[in-house]
Amino acid sequence: MKKTVIALMIAAVLIALIPLFALKNAQFGGSDDAGSEVVEEVDSSYEPWATPILEKILGRELPGEVESMFFCVQTGIGVGIIAFIMGRMVERKKWMKEQNHDND
Amino acid sequence: MSKRQKKIITAAVVLALMFGIVPNVSAMHIMEGYLPGGFCIAWGVLCIPFLAAGLFSIQKTIRRNRKLITLLAMSGAFIFVISSLKIPSVTGSCSHMTGTGLGAILFGPCAVSILGIIVLLFQAILLAHGGLTTLGANVFSMAIAGPFVSWGIYRLCSKAGVNKRVCVFLAAMIGDLFTYCVTAVQMALAHHADTTVAGALGKFLVVFAPTQLPLAVIEGIITVVIVMGLESYAKPELRAVGFIKEAK
Repeated sequence: MKKTVIALMIAAVLIALIPLFALKNAQFGGSDDAGSEVVEEVDSSYEPWATPILEKILGRELPGEVESMFFCVQTGIGVGIIAFIMGRMVERKKWMKEQNHDND
Repeated sequence: MSKRQKKIITAAVVLALMFGIVPNVSAMHIMEGYLPGGFCIAWGVLCIPFLAAGLFSIQKTIRRNRKLITLLAMSGAFIFVISSLKIPSVTGSCSHMTGTGLGAILFGPCAVSILGIIVLLFQAILLAHGGLTTLGANVFSMAIAGPFVSWGIYRLCSKAGVNKRVCVFLAAMIGDLFTYCVTAVQMALAHHADTTVAGALGKFLVVFAPTQLPLAVIEGIITVVIVMGLESYAKPELRAVGFIKEAK
């Protein structure tokens, strides 16, 4: 069980990281721009009619570093909740084991 | 066991290398302002019944068993984490996963639409990722269409007697892929001035699908890992949502 989990995690990390090393000269840029390129290709007269609300308030594009900070905040919130709940469940299982033996 | 591990790793390497050649571009949510007004409203209206059904379904679940709120929060948090990770893909650009498969399998597709809209709002407002005008379209693809497919595939596979973990893997993976196919359709429907709808659809699919395929595999794997964790530590909750049928 534990070994399967570790093997699966390694597999996931490998799939994620191999492109980074395999494609030496790729940009790995934000894909938002890529999507708009296709729009230009198939619908050249289209003009986007709204800008993201934060950019409108700031009056410029969100700086890359700040954007990555916001992404980290998002990850952090998620990981925090998962870790908290998972921790409680792990402890709970220990307590439950003392009452009725749950053989796994 | 170690033989199995080796197999998994070899499969992963082969898969990664297989896609490691096609240089291409990709996209994730539909960007702010990139859908004409009519489409924004139409997709938004289409989402409303699902969101309403989702609210009721969550209410019902929690009223039935208050403890399930932890599992629900966990499914939501899972979407938060998974959709914040931009992962380099084989096509030379980054994309991210949806993470909606887990919630769809556990709570049904409608409940996920609520979890999904929270994430999409967060990203649209703070990250300039996706957008408020395109929120309806993005909710439809990521929080409604994808989860429905995940849920359907999970149901189908488990009825057919496929191994539970394989079911989860397939459900999460295909749901993720389907989300991006729907996005491609939405884009093609709105933007085909220079070609036909089908031609535009082809172009968008070529952009989305190869990038997303390896990520969909990763999403499948991570979902399976989380489900395995829940299986060993959250049995009472899983039993309550009907994920584990007979007490083993």
